[in-house]
Amino acid sequence: MSKIKAFVGKHRSLMLTAALVFAIVFPLFGFKKSMVRIFCRILMYFTLAGSLNITNGYSGQTSLGHAGFYCIGAYVMAILTTRFQISFWPVLLLSGIGAAVAGLIISVPTLRLKGIYLSIITLGASEVIRIIALNWEGVTGGSFGIKDIPRPTFFGFTFDSPLKFYYLFLGVAVIFLLISYRLIHSRVGRSWMSIRENELAAKSLGVRTAPAKMMNFAYGAFWAGIIGGIYAVYVQYIDSAVFSLDEGFNIMSMIIIGGQGTLIGPIVGSIVVNGLTELLRPIGVWRFVMYAALIIVMMWFRPQGLMGESNSILAGAKIKMRKAGKTGGKKEAIS
Amino acid sequence: MLKIEDLRVNYGYIQAIDGISFEVPEGKIVTLLGNNGAGKSTTLMSISGLVEKAGGTITFDGQNITRMRPEKIVHLGIAHVPEGRRIFPSLTVYENLVTGTLGNKKLTKKRQQELLEEQLVLFPRLRERLKQVGGSLSGGEQQMLAIARGLMMDPKMIMLDEPSLGLAPIVVEEIFDLIVRIREMGKTVLLIEQNASMALAIADYGYVLVNGVIHIEGSSKELLANDEVKKAYLGA
Repeated sequence: MSKIKAFVGKHRSLMLTAALVFAIVFPLFGFKKSMVRIFCRILMYFTLAGSLNITNGYSGQTSLGHAGFYCIGAYVMAILTTRFQISFWPVLLLSGIGAAVAGLIISVPTLRLKGIYLSIITLGASEVIRIIALNWEGVTGGSFGIKDIPRPTFFGFTFDSPLKFYYLFLGVAVIFLLISYRLIHSRVGRSWMSIRENELAAKSLGVRTAPAKMMNFAYGAFWAGIIGGIYAVYVQYIDSAVFSLDEGFNIMSMIIIGGQGTLIGPIVGSIVVNGLTELLRPIGVWRFVMYAALIIVMMWFRPQGLMGESNSILAGAKIKMRKAGKTGGKKEAIS
Repeated sequence: MLKIEDLRVNYGYIQAIDGISFEVPEGKIVTLLGNNGAGKSTTLMSISGLVEKAGGTITFDGQNITRMRPEKIVHLGIAHVPEGRRIFPSLTVYENLVTGTLGNKKLTKKRQQELLEEQLVLFPRLRERLKQVGGSLSGGEQQMLAIARGLMMDPKMIMLDEPSLGLAPIVVEEIFDLIVRIREMGKTVLLIEQNASMALAIADYGYVLVNGVIHIEGSSKELLANDEVKKAYLGA
């Protein structure tokens, strides 16, 4: 067991490359379309949960309003591509920016709030966004939603099958991971983590906590918006009911189960939660009871999540990541 | 180096600091003594810009820093090691130390390396624990980590808020020896303590704060000989 752990820790980039190659190759082995759709969901929710993890896991600002940012991204995409026939790629960026701006707007008045108070405000904001989408009929189509959202194209290549979307979601997930990895190991990421750990100490060390928190919120919201945009063209029809609080909690359950404050946690959380959704389909709405039970069991036995600080095999990779500076040798590298 | 004139701080209607003035000369250890609620921590927090001031001026190296933002004050070279250690419990010792460099943007990578090595020489126990998370350290080690983290920004002056808090006497002695070594490295130290006998043993100069005003001041020798100080703080 410990040997496997050491191996994973030692060959982290090798393992990651292997995982990526696997992710690229395995859907080609003739899965049913319904199966590929599940893979799409897993990747989509990975980025969505990962972006929530940026706020909740890295800067410790517990936001419950992620469905709202996701909603904004989806509506920006739906409105601009159907009404104004603007092409997918520039609008995708706008979806992200729109959500990021909303994130900034929510973060400014909440800078001084912590814990449950911040959670309540974000929860309210998420509902406000959904209710605006439901009632602003002239723009959002109200309860009828927006249909016939055009498929995206890329130099004449049209994304029109689940398999093609799988690669789009995979691409976005990889870009998200790479940028977030760089960010978390930069000054910015360190200031986020210092805020999570102890805000007063962070201030006393000269960390500018207000701009750091605002940027954190906007960055997390940006990726939720991007995913919202892709979701809109993937299902081609959106209405406000999708972006309910349930959806927000669904995303959050993934980071709780996977492990907050780790980049790998949301991947595992997304696989577990989406996998369970499929497995438990026969029992209908009872599966929500199962989720609740799972979260309670997790809080009991592994409050840090499956991938949190631990002695599990996969955590071997994490220990290596956290170490950065080598002991024993003369030099301690500053990364 | 640091000069405080007629500093006043209010918490709502309560006057926490009621017009105190004192000085910290370069390269010395100055200690601020006093009981709980005397206003010691508030004084430190107002120097580092963490609380609003109702009046007075604070000058550091000839610059008026009274209304400066905390990160500017850090940038000028004042490190504040807050009360109760406040290390980052789920980050490793290494990450805790690196976070200490965030406030000082002038530091080059090379200088950061040197500073890290300096701290690990000064606090050899941290070298052994470099990969452990901060929360797993003992109280004394956490205090050392908090001080080392403050020194990582390469400050001219370091302010320590009750470094002896909750520590065993033998560990307190170790920490106070280290404070003397920090002065020998050319840093100015402003030390806040309830443990007056220990503080006066290493300090050059001391002030006694009572209910937000400076009650007695003098060199450590004078204070150690002062009857009132003896009775109230030294238990003699």
